Amino acid sequence: MALTGSRGSAPPPSREAEPMTKTELATEASLTVVDWIDERAQLSQGLRWMMFRKVPKGINWAYTLGSATMIAFLNQAVTGVFLAMYYRPSVTGGAYASIRYINDDVPLGQFVHGMHKWGASVMIVLIFLHMGRVFFFGAYKYPRELTWIIGVVLLILTLVMGFTGYLLPFDQRSYWATIVGVNINNTAPFIGPYLGDFLRAGPEFGATTLSRFYAIHMMLVPGLMAALIGLHLYLVAKLGISAPPWLKAQEPEVAIEKVEV
Amino acid sequence: MNQAEKEQYLREYALLKNEGKPFFPYAVAKDALMAVIVMIVIMLLSLFYGAELGPAVNPTTTTYVPRPDWYFYFLFELLRVMRNAPKLTDMATLGVPTLCMLGLFLLPLYDRSPERLITRRPVALAAGLATITCMAYLTYTGANTGSPNQVVLPVPPGLTQSQRSTFLAGEIIVGESGCEGCHQIGSYGNNGPGPKLTHIGTILRPGAIASTLKDPIAPMPSFASLAQHSPKEFKQLVEFLSMLQ
Repeated sequence: MALTGSRGSAPPPSREAEPMTKTELATEASLTVVDWIDERAQLSQGLRWMMFRKVPKGINWAYTLGSATMIAFLNQAVTGVFLAMYYRPSVTGGAYASIRYINDDVPLGQFVHGMHKWGASVMIVLIFLHMGRVFFFGAYKYPRELTWIIGVVLLILTLVMGFTGYLLPFDQRSYWATIVGVNINNTAPFIGPYLGDFLRAGPEFGATTLSRFYAIHMMLVPGLMAALIGLHLYLVAKLGISAPPWLKAQEPEVAIEKVEV
Repeated sequence: MNQAEKEQYLREYALLKNEGKPFFPYAVAKDALMAVIVMIVIMLLSLFYGAELGPAVNPTTTTYVPRPDWYFYFLFELLRVMRNAPKLTDMATLGVPTLCMLGLFLLPLYDRSPERLITRRPVALAAGLATITCMAYLTYTGANTGSPNQVVLPVPPGLTQSQRSTFLAGEIIVGESGCEGCHQIGSYGNNGPGPKLTHIGTILRPGAIASTLKDPIAPMPSFASLAQHSPKEFKQLVEFLSMLQ
């Protein structure tokens, strides 16, 4: 209160008395909510750590490929949820009919279906470009080996998504391609026959095969991928984005105050 | 990398990081713009190419040509190429991709040199470029070759126009009937268990070919129903086979 002393003895104009505008009220209310949550969850610290970490100098557009791949994954997740609202994994015509219904009758159905279908291709392209960037920049080397290994697992899981998703529309193309694909898996040494039986849910391609592919495609693999993407991102933030290999640091004239990895 | 190299790297990296900018908003802005581009591309692809549905499943067809999505073409092509060496087929379809995946997976464990600049990593550069070339080549040829059942033989010289069209029609019927599953025709098909058909026209006369097709030696399936239901196609098939000389 010592500060007010310099203004003289007149009481400071009271802003409290004026009624707040609607915007002010809304801001105040949302801030209260945010504060309330953060007082309990303490998320702001982590968010600050994530957002205000430094990225080394020389970062270029090739470094956006990883996040672009994640955007494609999110696109697959969101459009996939909408497709799942209408899709029925039934081999006796239900699956095919439900996709037909999505394409022909649901508003924007074919658009969303198309985004899911083409999003898969875009994701594959981006994941390979991202991997190429990391490979040629030597970014998989110490200390980021684990990030790379998780990335390769994510690549494999993405291919599994492509394979299992291909069957779901249940038209001629998807059916026969899957038959061939499962037969190829079947010829693998040692685990082949078991893998084939697992995928077909039995020795023959039957009614449960489709529901099995569906469960793998929309629950098992996406869950795994989401968890691994989280881990991948955590490692990226924790270890820092690799610097372009052609940059050499200049020896500082002043000592660095904070060395952080 | 030994301990000294690791420490050297971490020190160097800390300096570069210190000279850098905060993730938000500088990197986030680029990522956001890239995200918008990705979404626009996906939407445009969906708008222009849609998601067409093929004919409904018919497990009894034998002539449908399976094709995977484009990003599996390289595998598809590998399978096709390796079919010429049946013992290697299993290796090609699962062995080679599995080895490649394992190689990728373990990359940071066997490549431990501290050098990161690609121009000073000749082995990595060569391996990377070779992998990209192979994948691109296999994908390209996989996209452009027809089905594994397709037969395209050089048309014998000196045929009349109608013989020529019979020859071309016969190629399609042979492909659809899956003859190359057991017979070799030129550079197509598997060598065995059936005899080679490359020069079958010099071995059997048309009448013999027709009766073999109708009443074959097991395990070859009979084509009597084809002769019954579409005699024209059967005739084309017989004439095509007798033209293989």
